[in-house]
Amino acid sequence: MNAQPVKSTEGAAGRREDRASSSLAPIRPGAFGYDQARHLLWRAGFGGTPQQIQTLASWGPEKAVDYLLEVGAVPDGSSRQASFDKDIMQPPSAEERRLYAEARRKGDEEALAKARLMRQQKERADRMQVGEMQKWWLGKMIESPRPLEEKMTLFWHGHFATSYRTIENSYHMFLQNEMFRRHAVGNFAELLFGIIRDPAMIAYLDNNDSRKGRANENLAREIMELFALGIGRYSEKDIKEGARALTGYTFRDDEFYFDKGNHDDGAKTILGKSGKLDGDDFVKAILEQRACSQFICRKLYSFLVADLPPLERAGPGDSDGPAGSVVSQLASTMLASKYEMKPVLRRLFLSEHFYHPAVMAQQIKSPVVLVVGAVRSLNTPVRDLSILNDAMDLMGQNLLFPPSVKGWDGGRSWINTSTFYVRQNILAYLLTGKKPVGYDANADTQKYDPSELLGELAKADPGAEREPARVVEYLLRLTLGRAPEAARSSLMEFVNTSGGRVDGENRRDLLVGLLLLITAMPEYQLC
Amino acid sequence: MTFDHPAYTRRQFLGNGLMLTSAALAVPSFIQSSAQAMTAALLNAGVTSLPGVPDDHVLVVVQLSGGNDGLNTVVPYGYGEYYKARPGIGIPADQILKLSGSDGVGLHPQMTGLKALHDDGLLTVVQGVGYPNPNRSHFKSMDIWHTADTTATGDGWLGRYFDSECCGFGKGESGRAPAGAAEAAVSNQPGIAIGRSAPLAMQGRKIKPISFESADLFRWIGQDIHESLKNPYQEINRRGETAEAAGGSDSNAAFLMRTALDAQVSSDLIRKAVAIKPEVQFPSTEIGRQLSMISCMIRAGLKTRVYYANHGGFDTHAGQGGPQGRHGNLLSQYAEAMRAFYKDLKAHEGDKRVLTMTFSEFGRRVGQNASGGTDHGTAAPMFLCGPMVRGGVIGEHPSLKDLDDGDLKYRIDFRTVYAGILEQWMKADSRTILEGSYRALDVVKKS
Repeated sequence: MNAQPVKSTEGAAGRREDRASSSLAPIRPGAFGYDQARHLLWRAGFGGTPQQIQTLASWGPEKAVDYLLEVGAVPDGSSRQASFDKDIMQPPSAEERRLYAEARRKGDEEALAKARLMRQQKERADRMQVGEMQKWWLGKMIESPRPLEEKMTLFWHGHFATSYRTIENSYHMFLQNEMFRRHAVGNFAELLFGIIRDPAMIAYLDNNDSRKGRANENLAREIMELFALGIGRYSEKDIKEGARALTGYTFRDDEFYFDKGNHDDGAKTILGKSGKLDGDDFVKAILEQRACSQFICRKLYSFLVADLPPLERAGPGDSDGPAGSVVSQLASTMLASKYEMKPVLRRLFLSEHFYHPAVMAQQIKSPVVLVVGAVRSLNTPVRDLSILNDAMDLMGQNLLFPPSVKGWDGGRSWINTSTFYVRQNILAYLLTGKKPVGYDANADTQKYDPSELLGELAKADPGAEREPARVVEYLLRLTLGRAPEAARSSLMEFVNTSGGRVDGENRRDLLVGLLLLITAMPEYQLC
Repeated sequence: MTFDHPAYTRRQFLGNGLMLTSAALAVPSFIQSSAQAMTAALLNAGVTSLPGVPDDHVLVVVQLSGGNDGLNTVVPYGYGEYYKARPGIGIPADQILKLSGSDGVGLHPQMTGLKALHDDGLLTVVQGVGYPNPNRSHFKSMDIWHTADTTATGDGWLGRYFDSECCGFGKGESGRAPAGAAEAAVSNQPGIAIGRSAPLAMQGRKIKPISFESADLFRWIGQDIHESLKNPYQEINRRGETAEAAGGSDSNAAFLMRTALDAQVSSDLIRKAVAIKPEVQFPSTEIGRQLSMISCMIRAGLKTRVYYANHGGFDTHAGQGGPQGRHGNLLSQYAEAMRAFYKDLKAHEGDKRVLTMTFSEFGRRVGQNASGGTDHGTAAPMFLCGPMVRGGVIGEHPSLKDLDDGDLKYRIDFRTVYAGILEQWMKADSRTILEGSYRALDVVKKS
């Protein structure tokens, strides 16, 4: 096996300015090399080590994609068992409610203050638990042997955005997260049926307050506008009737509960379908719309391939150019497979389009992808999950706290002068243990040795791992997906001022120095 | 190897405004404006109006976090109910710092700093500020104040101000402005928050604030690891928009390169600004440090129009003290920092540019609790400072007899204060920003 990265598709450089073709024709096995395998690992996961890249490259596209896609075939070796207390935010018992009402009636200030205090303590304990949950999920993304499962769980979290800030029930956030994981590469229709039964979503969009005669339209509206169809693909009347269909869909404790007494079982018409429709019929009516697969595939495309402009009221994706055609083709695959995700993802990951130079190394990493990807691809120590989690918050992506029901805007909105330093500094922390909060005596001193990254280079061409120019090129190719001339010369200058050698006793320091500089490059923010 | 500067280093680049102008086409517009600001600061040190800036008004927000006990801050010493409700922590009437023209209310004795501002006509007290259906959760109520929305959802109110004032010209941070837009845009530098993370209030959909705990952290920490990294780092990040950016000037790579350059420039500007020695001695407290930094940035001519400082520790459930003690100390720290802030601003003639608004997420209950403290309550006073404010006391003290379950009933909706500041000081359309129509409270003197 040739470990020196093979050149990407011949003539690619010459076509760089071309927009990606709209061809979903399968990539030729001969065109799938190191760069393509690296790209696949980043987009279908969170990047890979040189060994992982090399392995996928040697397998060829079909086997590589199937390995990532068939998540069930890989044992979930994660050491992070979820053990969360489901009872913290249980509503007060009948007895507690009675005592509270009595205290109120009697004006018993002391008892009322005590009740308030207890509620505050519960809320505090629950906030602690949601913090633990954030770390648990982050750890899972870092360690999971099924990167696509976690990547898609993240996708669904951003798509069906629900925030702890509003629902203030950590266990419900956990249940929702597990549902996203279960259906990560499963069936979108099942997920949509699941979401109208999900306590976190029901609470987030007020459906537990929706009853016959005064239906709350929040859930029906967001399902149509943001979760399944897109703005302009339905009428206001569809929302009103949809909201009536969803009345009575609520939860008790941690489980879905259909409250028949609050359900409006009258006749309705939703998206042209008439009858005594309930919430499930509402979802079925949506799934029958062509716009649904189109909408989901467009969102998926933005997440996995390239940014698309916000959806307009006009026809489906008509301003998307060649990408619009790709989205339509994916939507056809989705319809043909009755909303199964795997055939869609498989077709995308195996397409020429996916590996076009205009697509590769052009996506801005989300904070999660930046942090998780750095640990996974460079094999740095994990260090302190709390610090990583804080940094992601500062970069604008606080897991389980999306800013609104629209989720994260993504793309360029991640980047500004403040977040830029946080991005560079959290990488410096991962590489060196230096906390991004100035000097501190308790700096994490766990040493990171990047030497093993060079293993593949040494294997393919013994001796190359001691040649500065080869090492610089190899590291750039690993981290940036390419080795721009200016970056190469700046790094060589650094090597030369630091003794000009990449072997000997300062090898580790030099490699860390190189990685510090590379990860501070604007291009490192891309994958 | 020696670290010889290349012939055309960024440092030289920044050190000379004229060179910048000649290179204007090659650099992002953010730099042009920064250079203008710097040149202005250098050439016109001490002037109150920056050339080319139609409006140089600045808003500083000071947040008292934890729920400041309004009743022991602006004390209703003329009301018997106050002493009845607070037998242990009430402030004796003879120690109150009386406010001229007010009826039976005065400042906590530790707030001599603020009393001095009052005596100079630099202080407005707005009494009984709150909102309907008060929420007693720190987090919810803070979000309500930050979003100016009683459901506590949406972007921050100052973020919306930046979005509407700044991006109305088609220019976001590091965005591409149409020709001439840099001159047209009033606030082409995002707001600055001192603190670990930026407050929700300043988060816009398009514009995100700059935030840092100390300016030393608003930079790449890699260079502290080994100095040999410093020069290559600067070289790598000062490329700006180069032909090598894959995919052309509209590509993400080019956008990132522009932002990297922006970040270096604003980091340099800000760190240079806060390195200036203040004209007066600020108290060595956390809030003193924050206001000192802000004063320096204003003095340096940064084009930022909104700064945010945070003073925490007001969640005084137990042992909050009376005239002396924990709560009094917090108030003293705040008042002394404010006194120094306006003295310093005045020393470099910046005071007329700066309105400071102080708020807390809620006040505390009227009655003290069994632990010599107070629990979460509702309405509380706000402070507005600066030579432009109307002065004196606005609004009546909320009734101490007509309570809502032991809590004060608010008289002034906080959004009418926001509206007043936006309309009268920031010259902005409060309806768009507050997403609703609030009668602007008269807070600024008629000129």
